[in-house]
Amino acid sequence: MERTRTPVVSGWFTEDGPDGAGFRLLGTRCSACAAVFFPREDAYCRNPHCPGDGLLAEVPLSPRGRVWSYTDGRYRPPAPYVSDPEAPWEPYTLVAVELEAEGMVVLGQTVPGVTVADLAVGAEVEVVGGVLNEDPDTGTVWTTWRFRPTGGSA
Amino acid sequence: MSADIAVLGAGMHPWGKWGRSFVEYGRAAARTALADAGLEWSDVRSIVGADTVRSGYPGYVAGATFAQALGWQGARVTSVYAACASGAQAIGAARAQILAGLADVVLVVGADAAPKGFFAPAGGDRPDDPDWLRFRVLGATNPAYFGLYARRRMAVYGDTLEDFAQVKVKNAAAGALNPLARYRKPVTAEEVADSAVVADPLRLLDICATSDGGAALVLSSMDFARSRGVADPVRIRAVSTVTPTYPRTVLDLPDIATDSVTAVRPAPGSFRASIARAAYEEAGLGPGDLSLAEVYDLSTALELEWYEDIGLCAEGEGAKLVREGATALGGRVPVNTSGGLASFGEAVPAQAIAQVCELTWQLRGTAGDRQVPGARAGITANQGLFGHGSAVVAVR
Repeated sequence: MERTRTPVVSGWFTEDGPDGAGFRLLGTRCSACAAVFFPREDAYCRNPHCPGDGLLAEVPLSPRGRVWSYTDGRYRPPAPYVSDPEAPWEPYTLVAVELEAEGMVVLGQTVPGVTVADLAVGAEVEVVGGVLNEDPDTGTVWTTWRFRPTGGSA
Repeated sequence: MSADIAVLGAGMHPWGKWGRSFVEYGRAAARTALADAGLEWSDVRSIVGADTVRSGYPGYVAGATFAQALGWQGARVTSVYAACASGAQAIGAARAQILAGLADVVLVVGADAAPKGFFAPAGGDRPDDPDWLRFRVLGATNPAYFGLYARRRMAVYGDTLEDFAQVKVKNAAAGALNPLARYRKPVTAEEVADSAVVADPLRLLDICATSDGGAALVLSSMDFARSRGVADPVRIRAVSTVTPTYPRTVLDLPDIATDSVTAVRPAPGSFRASIARAAYEEAGLGPGDLSLAEVYDLSTALELEWYEDIGLCAEGEGAKLVREGATALGGRVPVNTSGGLASFGEAVPAQAIAQVCELTWQLRGTAGDRQVPGARAGITANQGLFGHGSAVVAVR
């Protein structure tokens, strides 16, 4: 079956390059007050001090940030997280990253193989593309964003 | 400063995993609270139910469901859903009715029958629902967020796993003295350390369980209390239910990201601190006046954060308080004298009401072996999904 790469949520990130190169998270930015939103807010600006009448335009977010905190999931989460109940549970690592320019904290899984032992609050990470899961019935490869340590220290 | 209302009655159904309907737990708690108040159900002209979304349609309309279970008698009815803050908002709704003169006496009820293991989002394919998305895209369970807060505290303030374990040891010791608690065995720091990691750095015994349970209060105007011969009741002096201030910079359930700081600089102080501050302002008292507090110890590390947020100590000094024993029974300001969620588990719509039940018994001086001597004032604090936050101040 031909495999189709599909973002797990449409419009939240670019899909440049099968190896994740050029990958960026996408948010929206209010033209009236400069507030940035992720996940993207297309309907209205949520800054109560915004003068109004702004347009919400798509904007790529900082490719790098610093670790705000991190944890992992040692037990299988409930649906709608997709995992094979027959396979032994492989813990995922979650990292909350304070993006460089926006100062917002974005939560994401790390690239496979990175554990909590590889992370530290304040360490630099970058966002890359990755695969969340594959659906063998439809051939869909659900893509997502992942964070990867750059080796930059706190 | 606003007027007081009286707590005439408090009641609970014991918490645990009983496998029955939430309606049974709520009805039992309500009847216990009515008996405690010395009132008949037919004396009550208003009922407020705290809703549960896990128990089918009756849970969404909990006010009417409990009214039916107690027997239809024509009372005014209100149902309130605010996730973990449901119980506090139910108390807030009852209080507003009493202070507005719409009702002299109001019955507030919350109950839940919780599933085993992680809480999950509402079913179906719901890509517009942030609570569904955090599970689908990230697998981010509630304990994952507790783990993030815990790790952040370790990095910023130097808290240790031993500090977190001490919170469980303290709360389990209090819960062992509470016949309504689900877990009634003392726990050692070694047992916490030996329990399985759920979400690094937190262990199973750092995180509260899911439980069944019910809690109820009978609230009235001060005039009504006096007319029933209750001259000096426990009084609720404040109920805060506040939202955060933009830009919110702490990742909270079920957020995938916080607000940006590109348009507005964040104000000093945390959202959680603003919950207690609003209640203190309304009550006209401060942390120095407290005899005790009940806070949402969804995780041990989170309880330490609440110490700071309700003003028991400065930011970053929560672990010092638990190390000193200040928040244990017998300490300067005991926290979670009931045993907390560590001993009860989560029965979401009931737990903020249960916190006020504990304050009531403590302020009456009827809390038995866990009594705080001479208790005069207490605060509760809790937080629900999507920026709900509530605190209740009660005095004697």
